[in-house]
Amino acid sequence: MTTVPPLLEVRDISKAYPGVKALQQVSLRIMPGELLAVVGENGAGKSTMMKIIAGVERADSGSILWNGQPLHLNGVQAAEKQGIVLIHQELNLAHNLDLAASIFLGREKTWGGPLRLLRRDIYPQAEVLLKTVGLEVSPHTKVGSLSIGQQQLVEIARALALQSRLLIMDEPTSSLTETETNTLYHVIAQLKAQGVSILYISHRLKEIQYLADRAVVLRDGQFSGELPREQITPDNLIKLMVGRNIKQQTRHHYDAAAHTPVLEVQNIRWTDAQPREGISLTVSSGEIVGLAGLVGAGRTELAEVLFGVRHRRSGLLTLAGQSFTPTSPRAALQAGLFLVPEDRRHQGLILTESVRNNVSLATLKMRQICGIIQRRKEAVLGDEKVKQLGIRTPNIMQTVGLLSGGNQQKVVLAKGLVKTPKVLILDEPTRGVDVGAKAEIYAIMRQLADNGVAILMISSDLEEVLGVSDRVIVLHECQIAGELAREDFTEEAVMQFATGRHSPARMAS
Amino acid sequence: MKKLLGLATFLIILYVALLMSDPTAGSAANHINLAKRIGLFGILCLGVTPLIISGGIDLSIGAVVGFCATALAILINDKQWNPHAAVATVLGMGATIGFINGVLVTKLRLQPFVVTLCGLFVYRGLARWIANDGIKGLGSNFTFYVELCRDGSVFGMPKYFVIFLILAAILGVIVHFSIYGRYWQAIGSNEKTAHYSGILVDWYKILAYVICSLFAAIFSVLYLTEYKAATPSDTGNFFELYAIAGAVLGGVSLRGGEGNILGVIFGTMILWILPNFTRMWGISDTLQYTVIGLALLFGAMVDELIRAKDKAEYWRNILRVWKLIK
Repeated sequence: MTTVPPLLEVRDISKAYPGVKALQQVSLRIMPGELLAVVGENGAGKSTMMKIIAGVERADSGSILWNGQPLHLNGVQAAEKQGIVLIHQELNLAHNLDLAASIFLGREKTWGGPLRLLRRDIYPQAEVLLKTVGLEVSPHTKVGSLSIGQQQLVEIARALALQSRLLIMDEPTSSLTETETNTLYHVIAQLKAQGVSILYISHRLKEIQYLADRAVVLRDGQFSGELPREQITPDNLIKLMVGRNIKQQTRHHYDAAAHTPVLEVQNIRWTDAQPREGISLTVSSGEIVGLAGLVGAGRTELAEVLFGVRHRRSGLLTLAGQSFTPTSPRAALQAGLFLVPEDRRHQGLILTESVRNNVSLATLKMRQICGIIQRRKEAVLGDEKVKQLGIRTPNIMQTVGLLSGGNQQKVVLAKGLVKTPKVLILDEPTRGVDVGAKAEIYAIMRQLADNGVAILMISSDLEEVLGVSDRVIVLHECQIAGELAREDFTEEAVMQFATGRHSPARMAS
Repeated sequence: MKKLLGLATFLIILYVALLMSDPTAGSAANHINLAKRIGLFGILCLGVTPLIISGGIDLSIGAVVGFCATALAILINDKQWNPHAAVATVLGMGATIGFINGVLVTKLRLQPFVVTLCGLFVYRGLARWIANDGIKGLGSNFTFYVELCRDGSVFGMPKYFVIFLILAAILGVIVHFSIYGRYWQAIGSNEKTAHYSGILVDWYKILAYVICSLFAAIFSVLYLTEYKAATPSDTGNFFELYAIAGAVLGGVSLRGGEGNILGVIFGTMILWILPNFTRMWGISDTLQYTVIGLALLFGAMVDELIRAKDKAEYWRNILRVWKLIK
């Protein structure tokens, strides 16, 4: 223990969202000039923690001490006043402003009233700040003309202008090129030398090993462990990130020989960043294939390509033995492929409409005479699906937006099951879904598989991936990093592949 | 449902107030006059409804009316076309204009506001050009349509009003009972979900534009039966705003996804009863637009209030704004 008092101390913070306990009694401390890495799987509670410290969200309970004094933040402005600055993963810069204006946005220097901006001063100041972060551009440049990586550096310059004492960086290098990353490391070292503390979130374990003075690992919203500098290694981190026992679920014995391939993907590519061979995989009838990987590994993009939402550069697709070219969701649906999208509120449902209207939306054409909807048939169908999937709703005319997350997800599923698909892709099927409904959704998936549907499930929840799948494919940077058969399922193995610890090479399955 | 009841109540209150304040307002002549206007202009309100429900907007309605009316007058009087062929041509022109608007919005991803604002200028200009900016009369060649659509009455109602009701019934079935209406609603509420559900979003949006402009063309035919001449620089001016105002007064949300044909009928009636109140209150006729504008504002506020999660907070905001104005 050092004798210097911590700059920031977080004590027993808890935060719950509807259906999810995001943080449970988590504590941490940051010393002046220290870089503390916060590590965890997707959904472990890192981002929530950062948002609370930066004043974006409020904790349900617990306290924050700033220089030993209790700190009550309401809003980002209050936090920035104290010198706590969050650099978002998604950038917050106004695209049409020039760099100087962006850096000083909200703190414009004025004289004699807000209408008289002091424009002269901010440009030289901005120029100095931009140099500090290694950006050799004029402060007159428009934000929109910079690359995402450069914009990230501008955000950091903005934080510097705020004379911050604690910088919170959420995946700052995820969109940077190597040169930009090195510049950032350099800036970070400079900041630390000036006594600025940094809270650093990253998925890149190597980066954490290189940068961090200390690492705190979160798991399922709880404190999982802490590593001092010399013990930070990817292996140690992974152990703390996943180190729980996997609940043994009743396993169906999946007999590969008894099933035929339904979806065959050959050398699919959608960005130039992918190597020429792209992604190839097969999903057979009756099989649930888990698609694991970190956020940004290309899982959702792959699903979008298969569903005809995203343009495919090259590659071949076969569905049930027939060549399959998904040019639109309509084409995919007609071929028998349904996607339960990642963002159910914006892609899966019409929140202001009734359960009945949502369930029938994709298959209305089957229930019409001369364009007139057969309402009775539609209602019967709605009732049937509500019963079949156990959707808890007072009646089928209930507005979907008023249902719980789990029931909303079941409505999306119901929409896809009106006409039984040959291939069902689910993207994060249980995100924001409570435990009970999760189990029900798994049961529905298994039942569908037993009826011969080929299922591809994208999930960031390792427990889910390993508990539900018959086989797991792990993506890393839009490539298949590895494939695991049932007997090789361990969370460590998945994380090794997902973090790119193994070179991307397909294992024989 | 709540909205419809509210609208009906508001309409009845307006009507009763009008009758009580002005003894001449109850006369048959006044009713026929009112019904004629509601019938005529209601067609524009109906036409724009599917479009607004699907999340679009059309500012070119008035210009399309001007263009179609001028073209029709020229075809019939100057070119001496067969009136049926002329009417069919003009309706086809309307549909084509809608198709162009729709394609520009969907395939070239231009904003509906921009596309139809450009249309407003383009078609107004074309109307003036084809007529050499002169007023175009009809002559006697058009008597068949005048007798068919204007002269006489059906069950004591002016024919325009009957035509309006028939079109409303057809559109009501399409909007509320057919897959088209359901899809428009879905697209207006959440285009992405509609797309992910396999709906041909572009095609249904284009269809809504076609209906809107087609109704403008139908209106221009009826307009000529009533007024007998088209002024290329003036006919139809502001009509898009009447159309949108009637629909919005009738509870069609400009955010998309929401709207009811019965509501639009009520909205149109409110829109044409309101101007009478200038006389009733003894204020200048020139304030008619102001009355309509304030009524629209009031309607929007009530709508927002119904929608607001925290109603007390919304009331407080209204009070705050009121104080600010005072």
